Amino acid sequence: MTMKQLSVFVENKPGTLAEITGILGENAIDMRALSVADTERYGILRLIVDQPQKAEAALKEAGFKVSLTDVIAIAVSNQPGGLSQALRYVAKAGIAVEYMYAFVSQKADTAYVILRVQDNAKAIKALEEGGIPLIRGEEVYGKLG
Amino acid sequence: MLHPSYALFLGESLRDMGMDKSQISLKAGVFGAEPWSDEMRRKIEDLLGIKAYDIYGLSEVMGPGVAFECSEQTGMHVNEDHFYPEIIDPDTGEVLPEGEVGELVFTCITKEALPLIRYRTRDIASLTREKCSCGRTLIKMKKPSGRTDDMLIIRGVNVFPSQVEAVLLELGDTAPHYMLIVDRVDNLDTLEIQVEMKEEMEFDAVRLIEETEAKIKSAVASTLGISAKVTLLPPKSIARSEGKAVRVIDKRKI
Repeated sequence: MTMKQLSVFVENKPGTLAEITGILGENAIDMRALSVADTERYGILRLIVDQPQKAEAALKEAGFKVSLTDVIAIAVSNQPGGLSQALRYVAKAGIAVEYMYAFVSQKADTAYVILRVQDNAKAIKALEEGGIPLIRGEEVYGKLG
Repeated sequence: MLHPSYALFLGESLRDMGMDKSQISLKAGVFGAEPWSDEMRRKIEDLLGIKAYDIYGLSEVMGPGVAFECSEQTGMHVNEDHFYPEIIDPDTGEVLPEGEVGELVFTCITKEALPLIRYRTRDIASLTREKCSCGRTLIKMKKPSGRTDDMLIIRGVNVFPSQVEAVLLELGDTAPHYMLIVDRVDNLDTLEIQVEMKEEMEFDAVRLIEETEAKIKSAVASTLGISAKVTLLPPKSIARSEGKAVRVIDKRKI
């Protein structure tokens, strides 16, 4: 139960992010969530979009280094300590989180968190056993609840 | 006796430590194994309070000592009793008249274990029989001004781009498109290896990129004995050339 994240290598020059988001806009691709890792030399843009394959093809066509990464999305209750509980299950299973980012859903009491881990299967098992709801890709690609 | 760039580094360190050149008792230094200029010579002499002499040699012949400067500092006397020098046209192999610039060639006269006959050094220089004020009559060679092949000398280590390429291909983590950028920062040579990621390389976490760069850096250090900065670039970002690929950008101003 993973979903596709669009990962784009962003060279450190002005206008690159504008170009990428412009291409997505021209192709009528809707963004659901985004996160950027920045280093001194480059950035890595991570996006959850409604049509991952179409977005990948469009950016590849424009010459970007882009790939689809399998990530886990979980729903956590929108209250203090909600995320911590989920992460504790992951930690207990000995899984390190590479990176994560969150976005709020239209349901007032729920937030979505994207997790990138090395072993998806193991992390999913740990989260399911802990009763943390996992979100299917289709739920996020389409309209968020 | 050491690399001139290292002598500059020592001289500047001395100054940075608040010491004066009068506190060291060196009188002269012999420098070679990498290209250096008269400007560097003046700087070394000033920083360390010594006379800086040039020396020429190559491992295949005997190492340093094939030719060296006298007190005049106007070219290096070749030890002609051991090595017979010639300058040839690198394209035709034809011997060029005295004073002309071409490829330096040596024949060993006294070496017994590994004699070389008309050995092509790939160094570009010229020879002169002009009378030297020091009194020696040995022929003098000018400091080599370049190479007839693509060998780079980085901090005194000889490096061919093909050797870097071999390391990259052996690891197989990158695409076969790379560029070597050589520069001199604070008197020390620097080498940056820019190489393109493979199309299928996972790169969504910074760690993945940094680990690959570190792996290449360590392989280059252990195979070639030089420290290089490794920069991964996205596919197709290194300019493709028509004909012979341009693999090196040498920004050093020597």
